Amino acid sequence: MTSTRRSRARRASPSVSRVGGRRRAFAGWLLVLPALGVYAMFVLQPLVRTVKYSLYRWNGVSSATWVGMSNYRDVLDDPDLIGAIFNSLRLIVFFSLVPVGLGLVAASVIRRVATGRVGTIVRTVLFLPQVIPLVAAGIIWGWLLSRSGLINQMLSGVGLGGVGRAWLGDFDWALPAVGMIGVWVLLGFCTVLLLTGMSKIEPSLFEAARIDGAGWFAELRAVVVPGLRYELGVCLTVTVISALAAFDIVYVATGGGPGNATAVPGIQIYILAFLERQVGLASALAVFIMLLVLIVVLPIQRLTREAS
Amino acid sequence: MIQVSRRELHSGRAFLLVLMAFTVLPFLSILTTALHPSGSLPSGLTWPSNPQWGNFAEAFDVANMSTLLMSSTLIVVMVVPISLVVATMAGFAVGLLRVPGARWVLLLFVFGLTLPFEGIITPLYFLARDLGILNTRLAIALPLIGLYMPFAVFWMRAHFAAMPAEVSEAAEVDGAGIWNLFWRIHVPLARPPIASLGILLSIWSWNQFLIALVLVEDPEQRTMAGALGAFQGHYATDIPLLCAGTIIILLPTLIFFVVFQRHIVAALLRGSVKG
Repeated sequence: MTSTRRSRARRASPSVSRVGGRRRAFAGWLLVLPALGVYAMFVLQPLVRTVKYSLYRWNGVSSATWVGMSNYRDVLDDPDLIGAIFNSLRLIVFFSLVPVGLGLVAASVIRRVATGRVGTIVRTVLFLPQVIPLVAAGIIWGWLLSRSGLINQMLSGVGLGGVGRAWLGDFDWALPAVGMIGVWVLLGFCTVLLLTGMSKIEPSLFEAARIDGAGWFAELRAVVVPGLRYELGVCLTVTVISALAAFDIVYVATGGGPGNATAVPGIQIYILAFLERQVGLASALAVFIMLLVLIVVLPIQRLTREAS
Repeated sequence: MIQVSRRELHSGRAFLLVLMAFTVLPFLSILTTALHPSGSLPSGLTWPSNPQWGNFAEAFDVANMSTLLMSSTLIVVMVVPISLVVATMAGFAVGLLRVPGARWVLLLFVFGLTLPFEGIITPLYFLARDLGILNTRLAIALPLIGLYMPFAVFWMRAHFAAMPAEVSEAAEVDGAGIWNLFWRIHVPLARPPIASLGILLSIWSWNQFLIALVLVEDPEQRTMAGALGAFQGHYATDIPLLCAGTIIILLPTLIFFVVFQRHIVAALLRGSVKG
């Protein structure tokens, strides 16, 4: 797929440059300019300003004081702020590893036992949570995980009423409970993406595995996972970013509480910048989280590029 | 269908049923809860003895849903057409004309692809304040156009970069200028990717929360999702009404999904693969 696209593109370029010339380049740049302009104005310039703010102490109103790297040191020293970064790393387990793992199993099971219309129905249903606002997902699960919610009702139903609790208000369980919401939202996305990738795997490979007497798990290990390296990389990238950049779900489900048990960087940035008016500290945390996303995502991208 | 043992068939289907129940039960739970008398505290999943369909009307009124629908629609209308035009032009210039420096332009846009919005939300607030658009819908729409631009440009570039050269050559034989080449030949051919991009941007704008929360104080000038946050704040104790309001707010997205289902799934997947 990529290689045909590339070869076509290579054929496209000489025809363009032939007619080329300065007028063409000028017209081309005129076409690029609006996109660059709006991007520079509302993304690049704010990005630079985040870095700049992070070097000052500023309450957003009076004049700012230069403090150098001290905001960065404060982020690392403040257990609430460094804790938020750790919380978001722990969320990766739920937002990323569980949906990708479960989605991989689901996709391979759908391929084996639910082809045709049944498979389409399963895919459509699993995909539903992906299209609703994340805020709505947060409110729905806020209710499900409450003391009188569905989760506790089901637990009592199987005789486990004793473990029931207000999950989102429990210091130990609040983070996994928030993670659960992430699983619900992202499972369908991963399943459908991996299923699409599986349809591109050479059918003869499945056939060969079958002839070798491979069962479901052997097929998964020998054919599906190697054939899906690129799609797995995409799933991991998207879900890891949604874990590190989590905001909507946490804001409505717990607001970061109880205590700071579910506080993630997005929540702390919001609180620091807009409630406590510590713009510099908020910006230093923002720089940390943007760097963290790059540090985690770039190796994944690299691995999948090598694979394809 | 692949030949599988009866045992695998049953256990596999049971597994899929569990996953589907996990997905659907939350929706059912808020539906049954929304039908309980307003102000009561029902338990998880019980059908009410006397379903209160009137709760939806009440939630619609107290949350001012007609205003919210209008507000969300206005924001989508501001974001999507401008983004489509601007990104299509840029994608054409970078992917097909290959203007000198195109690689450099793309590299600049790569940064924006993985950027968490909270990374720049603080400066966006002060920028909106300085521009005098804080607390207006423009404060939501303009940053969103910028934030979605990297994705939109990459999306359109991928389409134009894959166009066979013959298409442009044929037009050049006719002596078409660049504008005509773009507008008469390539835009009509690019309709499917433009439509998919439009669908994606509409959903994302509609569901956008953080930007709306920070840049607009009045919930009635926000997106639906942004207003839902405020609605939750006011009605956190009235669970049935909160559930009714949540259903009203997520209903448009579900309807949109059912109508454009094939487009949306394909677009979201292709979008992420490209990103």
